[in-house]
Amino acid sequence: MVKMNLLQAINDALISMMTQDERVMVFGEDVGHFGGVFRATSNLQEKFGKARCFNTPLTEQGIIGFANGLASQGSIPVAEIQFGDYIFPAFDQIVNETSKFRYRSGGQFSCGTLTIRTPYGGGIAGGHYHSQSPEAFFAHIPGMKIVIPRNPFQAKGLLLASIKDDNPVLFMEPKRLYRASVGEVPEEDYELPLGKAEVTAKGSDITLLAWGAQMEIIEKAAEMAALDGISCELIDLRSILPWDAETVCESVMKTGRLLINHEAPLTGGFASEVAATVQENCFLHLESPIARVCGLDTPYPLSHEKEYMPDHLKTYEAIKRTVNF
Amino acid sequence: MKDRNHLSNVGLSHEVQIIKNGILDIPMLQLLQADGKPHDGAVLPSLDQETVQKIYDTMQYIRVLDERMIAAQRQGRISFYLACTGEEASTIGSAAALKPQDMIMSQYREQGALAYRGYSTEQFMNQMFSNELEPNKGRQMPIHYGAKELNFMTISSPLGTQIPQASGYAYGQKMAGEEAITICYFGEGAASEGDFHAGLNMAAVLNCPVVFFCRNNGYAISTPAEEQFAGDGIASRGLGYGVKTIRVDGNDVMAVYAATEQARKIALEENCPVLIEAMTYRLAAHSTSDDPTGYRSKDEEEKWRAKDPILRLEAWMEAKGWLDAEANKQYVEKTRQEVLQELKRVEQVPICVVDEIVEDVYDTPPWHLRKQLKDLKEHIAKYPEAYPKTSGRL
Ligand SMILES: Cc1ncc(C[n+]2csc(CCOP(=O)(O)OP(=O)(O)O)c2C)c(N)n1
Ligand SMILES: [Mg+2]
Repeated sequence: MVKMNLLQAINDALISMMTQDERVMVFGEDVGHFGGVFRATSNLQEKFGKARCFNTPLTEQGIIGFANGLASQGSIPVAEIQFGDYIFPAFDQIVNETSKFRYRSGGQFSCGTLTIRTPYGGGIAGGHYHSQSPEAFFAHIPGMKIVIPRNPFQAKGLLLASIKDDNPVLFMEPKRLYRASVGEVPEEDYELPLGKAEVTAKGSDITLLAWGAQMEIIEKAAEMAALDGISCELIDLRSILPWDAETVCESVMKTGRLLINHEAPLTGGFASEVAATVQENCFLHLESPIARVCGLDTPYPLSHEKEYMPDHLKTYEAIKRTVNF
Repeated sequence: MKDRNHLSNVGLSHEVQIIKNGILDIPMLQLLQADGKPHDGAVLPSLDQETVQKIYDTMQYIRVLDERMIAAQRQGRISFYLACTGEEASTIGSAAALKPQDMIMSQYREQGALAYRGYSTEQFMNQMFSNELEPNKGRQMPIHYGAKELNFMTISSPLGTQIPQASGYAYGQKMAGEEAITICYFGEGAASEGDFHAGLNMAAVLNCPVVFFCRNNGYAISTPAEEQFAGDGIASRGLGYGVKTIRVDGNDVMAVYAATEQARKIALEENCPVLIEAMTYRLAAHSTSDDPTGYRSKDEEEKWRAKDPILRLEAWMEAKGWLDAEANKQYVEKTRQEVLQELKRVEQVPICVVDEIVEDVYDTPPWHLRKQLKDLKEHIAKYPEAYPKTSGRL
């Protein structure tokens, strides 16, 4: 075990993959010599050469289009989009190409080897364009998996699994935790399963569901609720698509209550999808309406960032309302 | 239906001839030599002393502002800053050649153009402290300026997005019969975005009176221009799209002024776009989040520091007898004091009341936003100490 932060865990996974398989190539804006603006790709160019880790011109549609072609040829691209907020010039390549390659060719061609890494999320005084959590846009596209780690251990295991998985994966990294989250990570390779949620704390009164950086928020809220004698079960969804309805529903059938927390705006957020599925499967077990604690339906504001965020206090209040319904 | 007219102008060749890139040698307009002396035969723009003084003062002003704000960021007083050191001639020289009614659409490193238009120290501070006096209501990060009364479009971080917008804005100006053009600034990095190509092509096809001004400062964060494009800079692309083009020494304020003045005239009179590529160097770090020592040498920086555009203009003014060193010293000192004072004062101005969080999403907040605001205010009232910036004024 080595103590490392989330960035180092990602770097570690990339080094391991590039060492094992020469078909793995890492590229994006500033990822080469500089090692990326967050330094997730530090030393890769030095170790593996400019042909396998390189800067691209500043064009996200180019980066993903290039990655799609490279993946369809049989290489293993790990493309970085510098900020999740800047993934939209590549939206067409992702929505109409990455995720439909396999289906439209009857399985002859695919972008299954592609992994797209991108930092997402707020809480860093980033304003409109360095804070967004765009997972729900991509959850609406069949054909691509979406994975979000909550700490360094998860990051390494999930990234290794994402690169090895034979489907395109959007790997979203909570940038607020890049350096803030530090933990023990095994030196050797290990994979964590895609499509599997993890129950991180057992409880009996209410299920709290989140992913990425919001896991700390629901943990904090659960501690506050515990002082009121409320026992929370905590689940990290980990994969947004395909998502682990079984684990979530099992928990809700036990606790009878569900609260979902995400940073992205409420309307059309992934919580809506979870809520719809849970009420369908757990209707008779529910003792109160499913609560959603989310970002407001506004662009992500700078000066009102604190007010905008679905923080532990809003979560704690929603827990009480749900339990005392 | 029109036939394919352009084919009638195409010459024929009877051997396989692959045209090499680089056959088009696009020169760089330079009027002042490095020591400020005009080149032999160079025709300088006819600028009166007052205008030159204003250009010079604005360059000094921006140097001081950049210096102080970087310091303020290091002290933790603002969250972010982005300086334009070394590029003052490009942005200020071009802005000086425009008319106040011309629209400016910028990328983010064009504070010089904004200052030339008359944006005050107080306005700069309001924006950087994201306070309630700032017309963009503190919603964006520092340096994302916008001032409707100065015809300066609010800046957006996603790169290149303003380029096709500038074509559309200029088309609207033309349709409305305005005596005005749009200038669109962007970096050589942003010129790799699809929006650049869309914007230039549309402007050319639709005859838009827009001046595209590329600041080719050698870097996009850590990525050097050699890793950004393989062709002859950005200028060569203009020609491919049928856009009139000029390349200019971006550290020579006279050349920048002359090129922009001419470009504006052509855009307006001929209803067409013009592309200017200004060759310069980003002496500053990309932003306060960046440290260039990891990707470029001190030697390279020193080489460009010697080409400081302010020194070049200063030398020219000196020779002309227009430089008053004492007055200049006082101006710089006065500016420093003013920036410090305003910084201290504006720091105390509160951010917007929380009600503003749901305004301007639409023209008026729909029911769901009104409900979200009501819930939010009740929540803040319950935990006032957790939201200290808004709880005092619910
Ligand atoms: C669409 C998009 N992708 C990436 C970024 C992140 N980013 C901000 S500035 C920058 C470099 C821009 O370089 P250039 O256009 O040359 O302008 P300069 O900073 O040199 O003035 C990058 C990659 C962004 N803001 N928008
Ligand atoms: Mg640049």
